[in-house]
Amino acid sequence: MLGISPSMALRFEVLARHNRARASRLTLPHYEALTPLFMPVGTQGTIKGLTNDQLEDLDCQIILGNTYHLALRPGADLLDTIGGLHKFMNWPRALLTDSGGFQMVSLLHLADITEEGVTFQSPVDGKPMLLTPEDSIQIQNKIGADIIMALDDVVKTTTTGPRVEEAMYRTLRWIDRCIAAHSRPHEQNLFGIVQGGLDPQLRDICLEGLVARNLPGYAIGGLAGGEGKDAFWRVVAQCTAGLPEDKPRYVMGIGFPLDIVVCTALGADMYDCVYPTRTARFGSALVSEGVLRLTHAAMATDYRPLDSSCTCMVCKRYTRAYLHTLVTKEAMGSQLVSYHNISHMMQLSRNLHSSILEGRFPDIHGGS
Amino acid sequence: MEFTVRACSGHGRVGSLRLASGLEFETPSLLMITRRGLPVVIPPEMLMDLHPDSRACQFTPMHFLEDPLAAVVAKAGGVHKLASLTGFAMVAVARDSLGNEIAGEEASNLGASFETSSGRRIVGLEKYMEVVNACKPDLWVSLPDEVPHWVPEKRNRESVDHTSQWLDHCLSLQHAEHGNRCLGVVVGAGSLEERARSAEQAATRNVAGFSLAGFGLGEDVAQRGFHLEVAIAKLPNDKLRHVCGLGSPEEVLQAVGAGIDLLDSTYPYMLTKECLAMTFPLKMEVPLRNADRDMQPTPDHGVASGFSLAKVNLRSATYGIDETPLVTGCKCYTCKRHTKVYINQLLNSNETLAQTLLEIHNTYHYLEFFKAIRESIKADKFHEFRTWFTSQRVFGMTYDVSESFVA
Repeated sequence: MLGISPSMALRFEVLARHNRARASRLTLPHYEALTPLFMPVGTQGTIKGLTNDQLEDLDCQIILGNTYHLALRPGADLLDTIGGLHKFMNWPRALLTDSGGFQMVSLLHLADITEEGVTFQSPVDGKPMLLTPEDSIQIQNKIGADIIMALDDVVKTTTTGPRVEEAMYRTLRWIDRCIAAHSRPHEQNLFGIVQGGLDPQLRDICLEGLVARNLPGYAIGGLAGGEGKDAFWRVVAQCTAGLPEDKPRYVMGIGFPLDIVVCTALGADMYDCVYPTRTARFGSALVSEGVLRLTHAAMATDYRPLDSSCTCMVCKRYTRAYLHTLVTKEAMGSQLVSYHNISHMMQLSRNLHSSILEGRFPDIHGGS
Repeated sequence: MEFTVRACSGHGRVGSLRLASGLEFETPSLLMITRRGLPVVIPPEMLMDLHPDSRACQFTPMHFLEDPLAAVVAKAGGVHKLASLTGFAMVAVARDSLGNEIAGEEASNLGASFETSSGRRIVGLEKYMEVVNACKPDLWVSLPDEVPHWVPEKRNRESVDHTSQWLDHCLSLQHAEHGNRCLGVVVGAGSLEERARSAEQAATRNVAGFSLAGFGLGEDVAQRGFHLEVAIAKLPNDKLRHVCGLGSPEEVLQAVGAGIDLLDSTYPYMLTKECLAMTFPLKMEVPLRNADRDMQPTPDHGVASGFSLAKVNLRSATYGIDETPLVTGCKCYTCKRHTKVYINQLLNSNETLAQTLLEIHNTYHYLEFFKAIRESIKADKFHEFRTWFTSQRVFGMTYDVSESFVA
C-alpha cells in the first residue's frame, strides 16, 4: 500500500531542488512518473489519433480523461462494469480525470452553479440535470483514474466582485463533500483545487482550508483564462508557497512551454493543456525557437526537420517542406504534427526534470 | 527486377517478385493505398510491422504533379525517401483509386484527363514521366488513355492507339539507370477485339509487366471476365500483371483467377470509412455461420445484404458489453490490444483513433486474405477456395462497429 496516510494512494519524493523548482518521483497506483511533467489531454482518454504504443513511445506518463465526456459516452456504469478506464483503453500507465464541472460550465447551455452543484440542461434530451460534488466523485470512482479532481466552483479570472469570494468558500465546502463521497481513497488520489481568483487574501484562505484537509495533492485552478502574465505568475507563486513541500502541485490548463518553465521555477510539478494537439490541427508545430506555422509559404522550400534538436519519429523522417504539403490536405499531416508536438512537450518535461536534478536549471530573471 | 512463376492453379499463379532494391515478396500481392506517399490513416512507423506482407504500396503520380510537392519529391530523391518508406515497394499507378471518375473524355495525342491535386486537368507525357522519374518508383504504369466500356467504338479505338503510342513514349523517357520497371497499359473497354489488339501491342514492348486498365467502371462482371481472359491470353506468361480499379474480394478472386499478380485495392479503406470491420473467414475448414439457416445464398447477393445480415447477427446476440476483439484470434495490432466496445465508443465520439485502429485491422485481414489465396494456389485448390469464398460471403462479411450493442 502506497502513501503515508490512509487517504493517499501515491508517494511523492523530491529528488532535487533548484531554488523553488523541484525534480521529483511521483509513484501512482499504475505508474511511476517523473515530474515536472506535462500531461496530454484526451477526451476519451485517447490523444487525437495517437495509439497507446505511440503514447508510450512518446514517454507519456499520465494522460487526462474528461469526466464529462466519459460520463456521456461510454458512461460511468459501463466503465465500472468493465473494470475502469485503464482496462477499457488498455492503457498501462497513469490516468487523471477532471471533475466534469469546468467542461459543463464552458460547453453547456444554461449551466449554472448553485450550492447543490452544477445545474445544466442534459445534452441528450434537454432536461434539467444536476452534477453534485458527490456525483462527480462517484463517477470518477467508477472511471478509476489514479488522480481524481474535486468539483470546484471555478470563476473566470476576469470576474470581479463577491462572486469570486462566494466561489472560493463554496469550493472549500465542496471539498468536504468530495472527501466524504470518495469511496476509493487507497486506489485513487483526490486532489483539491485552490481557487480565489486574483485576490491574494481569498487565495490564502483557500490554501489554508485545503492544506488542513491533508489531501494527497493540490491543483492551482482558475487561471489561464485571460488574466495578464504578471497576475498569473503572482498567483502561482503565492499558491506554491502556501502548499506543502512534500505533495505534488498541479497547475491546470497550462500548455505554453514558457509558462511551464516559469511555473516550474515557482515550484509547480504537473501541467495539462489541449494546446499542443489543438495547435497541430491548425498546422502549427512547437519547436525550440517557438511556434512554426507550417502553412506559411516559406515552409515549401524548407528542407530541415521541424526541430533540429528533436529526436522524435517525425523529425527523423520528414522535412518541413513535405509536412507543409500535407498539413492542409491530408489527415496524416496533422497527425504527424500532433505526434511531434506531444514529443516536444514530453522532451520539455524530461529536460526540466533532468536539469533540476543536475543543478542546471536556469534562474528566472525578474518577476516576483 | 526478377519475376518468377512458382506455382499454378488454373490460370491463377503464385510468383516471386524481387525488385531492384532487393525487396522480395510473393504474388498475388495487395498494394496498400497511400496519399501523397503516406498511408491514409495508419501511422507510417507502424506500417513495417503491421503484417509480414505489409511491404508494398501504390501511389499516384498525379498527386505529385505540381509544386511544391513536385519539387519536394525531386529534392528528397524519390518517394521512398520523401515518405521514409525505404524497404517498401512503391508502385506508381496513374489512376487515383480513392476518388476519380473516368469519364472517357476527349483526349488529345498528347495526354489524357486525370484528377490531380489541383482538380481535373490534362496530363501530358513529358510531365507524367518527369514526375515518375522524380519519384523513382519500383514499378510504374505507363500513361493510360483509359475509357469506360460505354464509349463509342471510335473513341475506344483511339484509346488503344493512344495508350500504345504513349507506352512507347514513356519508355523512351524513362531513366536508363532505373532499368526495366514499366508496366505497360492494356485497354480496350467494351470491345474484346480492341482489348486483344491493345494486349498484342503491349506484349511486344520491352516492359517489366503489364497493367490492365478500364475495369471497375461499372462493367458487367461476366464481360470483365472475358476481357481479362482475352487480354492475358496475349501477354507473355513470365511477366507481371497488374490491374487497377478492382478491389473487392470477389473482384480480387476473379482477377487472380484470370492470372493477375498485383492489385491495388481501396476495399479495406472503404470499409473503414463506413465503420465496418472485415470479418470474413479465411479458412475453408470453417463451417458456414448458421445465423440464418433458412437463408439460401443467391449468386449475386449484393454485399449490402451481407451487411444487413451482419447487423441482424449482432442484434440477435446476447445483449451486453462485448469485450472481444473485432475478430477473435486475429493477430493484428488492434485485435491484440482492443475490444469491440472500445472501438465502438471511439467511433461514436468521432475520435480519429477509431479509423486508425479499424484500418490497421482491415488491412491486416485483407493481407491475410491474399495469403490464403496464395496458399490455395500452391495447393492447387484455387478454384475450390474461390467457390467456397463466394458461397459463404453472404453470412457476415463485416462487423458494423458503429452499431451500439449495449442494452
